[in-house]
Amino acid sequence: MSWRPRINPVLALLAGLVLLALVGLPFLRIAPNRLVSGEPAYFLSMLAGLNGWMFLAACALLVAALFRQSRLLLILVLVTSAALAIGLLWLAASQAQLDSPGESSIGRVSLGSAFWICVAMSALIASDALQRLFATPLQKAAFGFLVVAVVWIMFASGLCDNLSIMKEYANRSDGFLAVVVRHLQIVGLAMAFTLAIGLTLGWAAHTHKKVAGIVFPILNVVQTIPSIALFGLLMAPLAWLAARWPAMGEAGISGVGLAPAVIALTLYGLLPVVRGTLAGLQQVSRAQINAAKALGFQPLAVLQHVAVPLALPVVLGGVRTAAVAAVGLAAVTALIGAGGLGSIMFEGLFSNAQDVVLLGVLPIIALGVLVDALFRWLISLAARQARPHA
Amino acid sequence: MKALHKLLGAAPLLAALVLVLPHSAPLFSALFPQLERPVYVQESFSWLLGQHALLAFVSSFVAVLIGTAVGVGVTRRVGQQFKPLVESVVAVSQAIPPVAVLALSVPVVGFGEAPALIALSLYGLLPVVQGTMGGLREVPQAQRNAASALGLSLLQALRCVEVPLALPVWLAGVRTSVIINISTAAIASTVGAKTLGSPIIVGLSGFNTAYVLQGSVLVALLAVVVDLAFEVVAERVAWQR
Repeated sequence: MSWRPRINPVLALLAGLVLLALVGLPFLRIAPNRLVSGEPAYFLSMLAGLNGWMFLAACALLVAALFRQSRLLLILVLVTSAALAIGLLWLAASQAQLDSPGESSIGRVSLGSAFWICVAMSALIASDALQRLFATPLQKAAFGFLVVAVVWIMFASGLCDNLSIMKEYANRSDGFLAVVVRHLQIVGLAMAFTLAIGLTLGWAAHTHKKVAGIVFPILNVVQTIPSIALFGLLMAPLAWLAARWPAMGEAGISGVGLAPAVIALTLYGLLPVVRGTLAGLQQVSRAQINAAKALGFQPLAVLQHVAVPLALPVVLGGVRTAAVAAVGLAAVTALIGAGGLGSIMFEGLFSNAQDVVLLGVLPIIALGVLVDALFRWLISLAARQARPHA
Repeated sequence: MKALHKLLGAAPLLAALVLVLPHSAPLFSALFPQLERPVYVQESFSWLLGQHALLAFVSSFVAVLIGTAVGVGVTRRVGQQFKPLVESVVAVSQAIPPVAVLALSVPVVGFGEAPALIALSLYGLLPVVQGTMGGLREVPQAQRNAASALGLSLLQALRCVEVPLALPVWLAGVRTSVIINISTAAIASTVGAKTLGSPIIVGLSGFNTAYVLQGSVLVALLAVVVDLAFEVVAERVAWQR
């Protein structure tokens, strides 16, 4: 696109929202203990010393929207948006240090809506700037990694320890890793079953049309059934099986816990994987198979060197959908006692503790985004292998 | 019209279950003899079904209105600068589970129907925006050119050319949105909304498998009935083309 717009309405809108949030919404909530909801504290009341630079940075972003979007300006916008987000976190952390210092303090300083809105808008501003700079995926990843690394150092150094979410984390840091591992265990087990069954069914549907006619209507109905209902429907039969054959109960099969969670997640994952496998195999043309055969390839070699590499990007697309969905669905399995990060989230919801909710939800979101990014990367690798000259 | 036949079977089944379940105590006490209260009676099933459908309908309605406007907006000249941003927001949001949005909206508006309504409307936006943009993308450039050569105004071209061509993909987006909302509305009973998820949650926390079963069957059937209704409409739309 050679035509470059003079002004940037996207940046104007986002920077405007940042300023509105900073002025009008609470930046922090300060409470004497974790049980009461806090008093709002506004950004403008924290402008002591040099903290004013963040407000100026937000204003500068708004002004930058009115100029021609040159490369230099876009890079400046990118750096400013990252600095703004990190600066706001630093301000919140140091304010928390003033208001509820030390691990022993029962005071709670939690992040307010203005903080979250500004961080989200900064991320969108950065994303828009990267897009206008025509950044390569590698450059985007490097930028994201850099920002995450800085935030990670801020948390690891203990700078943010006085924020209420970190106090909740400190309360349960011993068991936290086990909860994350449990979450990954549910997702991993379900994905292993999904792949084993899904790839086989996809292959069968490709070779026998009848299989497709039976499998897809069933999987479509399963996909329609709400997650919590599917857990509920699996509960009674599994409990009955465990009661009928105690050996199954001893093997860990029961109406609650891991068994119904993994079975339900596997059932949900099957549709995208089977669909992806079938679509992937179907787009391998007859001509390509024939060419390989004419070259003297054995049937297994045709599969290994032609069909699989060509189908892989599409198959992986299906696996990605299933895996990302599994990370989210695994959160709901906490309701049937399967554990995982959802157990922290629901504990927070049921006890009305906002920071506990965040402590459960933020890692779930991070995990989902991470799995998604991982598969996008794998798919691009597979696509390059399948079509090296495209 | 296969879908219509299935719908004519499933919808009366749902209605019949809602009416029969309150009188099914003998059946459930036979199945679960250890339970003192074998049938959920805190609220009537028909009322819960109504609440569930209302919550899913209102939130989907909001999502369809805003989502379609956004989808159409960013494919016009005025909004084209927002298109990459909307695309990347939609892409990233797909990695966020609906239950996370539900949990995050509680601190903002408190417990009850409000967080459910907000979370469902927000999350329901994604498939609608995606369906609208996907549908409009499939309109061939030649047809747009033909429309402008015929002297149609931009609004006329949208109404007479783009909308009919984009309709099936848009409808698929709306369908996904509604089904996700029915599913999330069931989980919304954990944040205080009264839906068909309530018997499930109450049953899970009170070790009452009968409640869980009653809620699950009704929620599952509701989703299947609504999905079939969309299938019927989709067949009509495809048939008209």
